[in-house]
Amino acid sequence: MKASPSERLPNTESVWALLEAVTDPEIPVVNLREMGILRNVEETATGFDITLTPTYSGCPAMDQMVDDVQSALHAAGLTAQVKIQLAPAWTTDWMSPTALVKLREYGIAPPHPRPVTSNNSTTSNAPPGGSPSLQKVTFSWRRNLTASDPIACPQCGSLDTTEISHFGSTACKALYRCLGCLEPFDYFKPY
Amino acid sequence: MKELEALSDFTLHLADSALILGQRNAEWCGHGPILEEDLAMANNSLDLIGQARLLYQQVAEVRGNHCSEDQLAYFRDESAFKNFTLLELPHSTALAPSAKGQRDYAVTVARNFLYSAYMVGIWSSLASSPSLAAFAGAVHEVPLQNAKALQWANLSANLKAVAAKSYKETEYHLRHSSDWVIRMGDGSAESHQRIQQAFHHLMPYTQEFWTQQHPAALQLDMPSIKAQWDVTVSDVLSEATLVVPSAQGFLPTGTRGVHSEHMGFLLSEMQGLARAHPGAVW
Repeated sequence: MKASPSERLPNTESVWALLEAVTDPEIPVVNLREMGILRNVEETATGFDITLTPTYSGCPAMDQMVDDVQSALHAAGLTAQVKIQLAPAWTTDWMSPTALVKLREYGIAPPHPRPVTSNNSTTSNAPPGGSPSLQKVTFSWRRNLTASDPIACPQCGSLDTTEISHFGSTACKALYRCLGCLEPFDYFKPY
Repeated sequence: MKELEALSDFTLHLADSALILGQRNAEWCGHGPILEEDLAMANNSLDLIGQARLLYQQVAEVRGNHCSEDQLAYFRDESAFKNFTLLELPHSTALAPSAKGQRDYAVTVARNFLYSAYMVGIWSSLASSPSLAAFAGAVHEVPLQNAKALQWANLSANLKAVAAKSYKETEYHLRHSSDWVIRMGDGSAESHQRIQQAFHHLMPYTQEFWTQQHPAALQLDMPSIKAQWDVTVSDVLSEATLVVPSAQGFLPTGTRGVHSEHMGFLLSEMQGLARAHPGAVW
C-alpha cells in the first residue's frame, strides 16, 4: 500500500490506496479496482464519494462489497458515501491484466474478451436472420469439439477442456473439466 | 404526464415478469434433476430477481409516496401484477397439476427458452433505443422545477442502463436453455416426447408477447423482434428434431392483470412471510 502523502489531509490518491485492500468477497485474491468494480473516488465537502458498479444484477456479493468499502474507510477515520452506478454496464473486459493472472493462479480460468461481433448497447438490433447473439446453435458438447477459442485449464494449461455446465458456483462462472489433467475448474464467463 | 405513467407501467411489467419467473424457477432450488442444473436454476433466478429489483426501484422512484421495491413485490395483489401468463404457470403440462409432485424440467427449459429468446430482443432494443437515449440525454436541459420531466429523463436513463446489463445475463439464459432444448429433443424417446409436449403446452401463451401494447415513445420495432424470435425458435427446434407447434388458441391476459388460476398460489408462497411479518428484514 502506498503511503498517504499527508497523514492529516487524506486525498483521493490515498483513498484509492486504502481501497486496494478491499477484495472481492467471492474471489479474495483480487481487489475491487482490479475487478473493474471500483470506478471512481471523488472528494466532496463532507468526505469522499466512492462509485461502484454492480456486476450481475442479482449478485449477492454486491451488498457485501458496499459494506466492505464503507468499513475500510471508517476504520481509517474517513467519511464515505458509496454510490452505485448502473451505466455503462460492468464488463469483464474491465478486469485488469493483474486480475486475469491472479484469477488463473487461484484456479479460475480468466474470462476471454467479449466477442466484438456480439450485440451490445451501442449496436442496433440485428436484422432477422443475422442472429448475432446466438451464433450457430449447437449443443455445447458438440460445439466444444470444434471450438476455435478453447478455454485453457488453469491447472495444467491444456486446451483440451470441455464445459460441464454454463453455471458454476456463481452466475458469473461456468463449470469446466480438463481432459488433460482430469481436474474440474471454474471459467469466469465474458460479461 | 401520461407518457411517464406509460413508461413506468411498462417498467413494472418487465419487473413483474422477471420476478414471477425468478420465483417459479427458484422452486428447483434443492430439487433440481442434477446438481449442476440445480445450481444453474438458482443462478438464473438470482439474475431475474436482481433485474426485478433494479426495475422496481425505478418504479418506486416515480411513484414516490414511500413506495419501495418490497412494497411492489410483496404488498400488491394479483390483479396489480402485469407479468406474462406464461411465466406463472407451474412446471408441468398437466392441466391441474398437484402442488409439488409433477414438476417436469422439460417445461422449465422450454419456457426459459421461449422467454429468453424474446427478452434478448427486448433488452437489446431498449439498450440501443435512440428515443430512450434522447430522453435520458435531455436531463440537463430540463428545468429543475419540472419534476415530472426530470423523472421521465431519469427513468429513461435507468431503464436503458438496466437493459444493457440484463441483455448480457439473458444471453446466457438463452444459451443455457437452447442447449437443453437440443439435448432433450435430440435425446431419448422419453426426453423428446416430453420437451415436444412442453412446447405444445406453452406455445399458445407466447401470443401475449406480440399482443401487448408498448409505450409509443419507445418506438419498439416489434415486427423485427418477432422475426428474429421466429428464426431463433425455428433454428433451435429444428436442430432439436422438434416441430414448432402452432401458437393459436386462447389469448392469455396476464399483462392486463387477469391471471391464470396458478398465480394466487405462487403469490401466497412468495408474499406470505412479508405479510405475516411486515417490515421483517434479514
